[in-house]
Amino acid sequence: MTAVGDWLDRRLPWRQAVRKHLTEYYAPKNFNGWYAFGALALLVLVIQIVSGVFLTMSYKPDAKTAFASVEYIMRDVHWGWLVRYVHSTGASFFFLVVYLHMFRALLYGSHKEPRELVWLIGMLIYLCLMAEAFMGYLLPWGQTSYWGAQVIVNLFATVPYIGDWLAETIRGDYAISGVTLNRFFALHVAAIPLVILALVFLHIIALHQVGSNNPDGVEIKNNKDADGRPVDGIPFHPYYSVKDTYCAVLFLIVFCAVVFFAPEMGGYFLEAPNFEPANPLKTPEHIAPVWYFTPFYAILRAVPPFLNSQIWGVLAMGLAVVILFALPWLDRSPVRSIRYRGWYYKSALIIFAAVFIALGALGTLPPSDGRQAAAQILTVMYFAVFFLMPFYTAADKTKPPPERLQ
Amino acid sequence: MNREAEPMTLRRRLLLGMGLALGALWSAAVSAPFLAGLRPSRKTQAEGAPVAVDLAGLREGELKVAVWRLKPVWVLRRNEKMLQTMQSESAGLSDPDSESSVQPEYCRNETRSRKPEVFVAVGLCTHLGCSPRKDGESGFFCACHGSRFDFAGRVFKGSPAPSNLVVPPYYYAADGSVVVGEDEKPA
Repeated sequence: MTAVGDWLDRRLPWRQAVRKHLTEYYAPKNFNGWYAFGALALLVLVIQIVSGVFLTMSYKPDAKTAFASVEYIMRDVHWGWLVRYVHSTGASFFFLVVYLHMFRALLYGSHKEPRELVWLIGMLIYLCLMAEAFMGYLLPWGQTSYWGAQVIVNLFATVPYIGDWLAETIRGDYAISGVTLNRFFALHVAAIPLVILALVFLHIIALHQVGSNNPDGVEIKNNKDADGRPVDGIPFHPYYSVKDTYCAVLFLIVFCAVVFFAPEMGGYFLEAPNFEPANPLKTPEHIAPVWYFTPFYAILRAVPPFLNSQIWGVLAMGLAVVILFALPWLDRSPVRSIRYRGWYYKSALIIFAAVFIALGALGTLPPSDGRQAAAQILTVMYFAVFFLMPFYTAADKTKPPPERLQ
Repeated sequence: MNREAEPMTLRRRLLLGMGLALGALWSAAVSAPFLAGLRPSRKTQAEGAPVAVDLAGLREGELKVAVWRLKPVWVLRRNEKMLQTMQSESAGLSDPDSESSVQPEYCRNETRSRKPEVFVAVGLCTHLGCSPRKDGESGFFCACHGSRFDFAGRVFKGSPAPSNLVVPPYYYAADGSVVVGEDEKPA
């Protein structure tokens, strides 16, 4: 075995890579459960790629046959129903895991210096993930697929002057059609996954360059032993590889429970109108995006048209996502972790989480006057959390963090 | 050949700069066919040709939905009552005179149509493109985001839709049918 390893190593520096990124990558010794979501996101990515490849073998990206080919997968392909439910459930779990992963960063200040680039690359992955999920949702060619895509692509038509041209170029047709389905398929199975894989690679390399943050937000590289190893660090492998595996098992128990017992999740993972083939002439009674987009959708609906244009809602929705990119520079706190921050940031974080969930709930419901007013108040609060951040994080009464991990 | 002390001579920098500039131009040129390929193809354009809608058999108050460019096109034969409601409820409209909405010039009038009794419009909400439904006696209602329109497709105040429904170009053919997609019969 060693001989084979040596032979390989002379041609490909695999031992060096294993040392650098696994056995001699020192991670802080105090990771808690929140730190499993990065590895879990990677696991879901693999699940999505594998299940997706198998779905591609039986799916037909054509307006006339797409819906039927999905039913064919569900009924006639051996275990096809399982592969499809794994893929559709995986989409929802991907967002769940990524949202928790991002919230972990907010908790412990992982977005702060020197990890800004890790955060930025992560945000790009999140954008790609949104595009990937949106385009994937068109493929079953059901009613929600069709009208959801119609609504979202029409957002681009609100751009002044070039809007119609832009929407037409995205669709390749005057409305969502088989042409659109075909190109979304190409983007969903080839282009965007490639970009996501490249970004995930960069995300990890950038993280390993600066080292992992931890629940205390204390830099372990500041305390090294004589050999240059962080005193409070432990090798990623075997310590965290084992821990992540344990968390993956727990995760898969929940994941499988959903796949087997509630793949539609009461209409939140797979929406009821999507079991009806797309009909360009009949809008379903109520269109709501899948749950992971509803907070932003609620913001879109909350902003009224102004100056005979409704681009403002679109801009607000876009800004709600884009503003997250600025987080490392909006947060002016001298400490990273919530453990040493004052109650300004603590309350802001609780408000942000509550507002995000409340907007998400509103986004799933049909519009009404009362809900409209509620969504408008919540939208203002959402942006206030970010726009006021430089002030309340700078003014916050922080506690001095310890020199070493507790 | 010996290694020079100053590898980036002016000549090398010039060559490199010219190479980069040409490469950028070349990339821009090559991207053109790819971008053009995203536009509606010749086949898609042909399929988006004008369509004729036969009005024979369309009763008063009845709505016919035709398909033009995969969009639902409404042809509504308005009855007396609808025409009255359009006048009596015009106070609640955002843009009763169709000043900022999309319609051919010959439809920028009170009924937003060539003939008062026949209303032709693209049946997609100007908000985000859902298809509203005919809502009893008052007009059209979009269930997606709650926009309301009257029987001339004019939006009521308080709707999320920013403007009146789009009226497509159309003309009456010699046989009385409506041809949607062109202002007049091509010569």
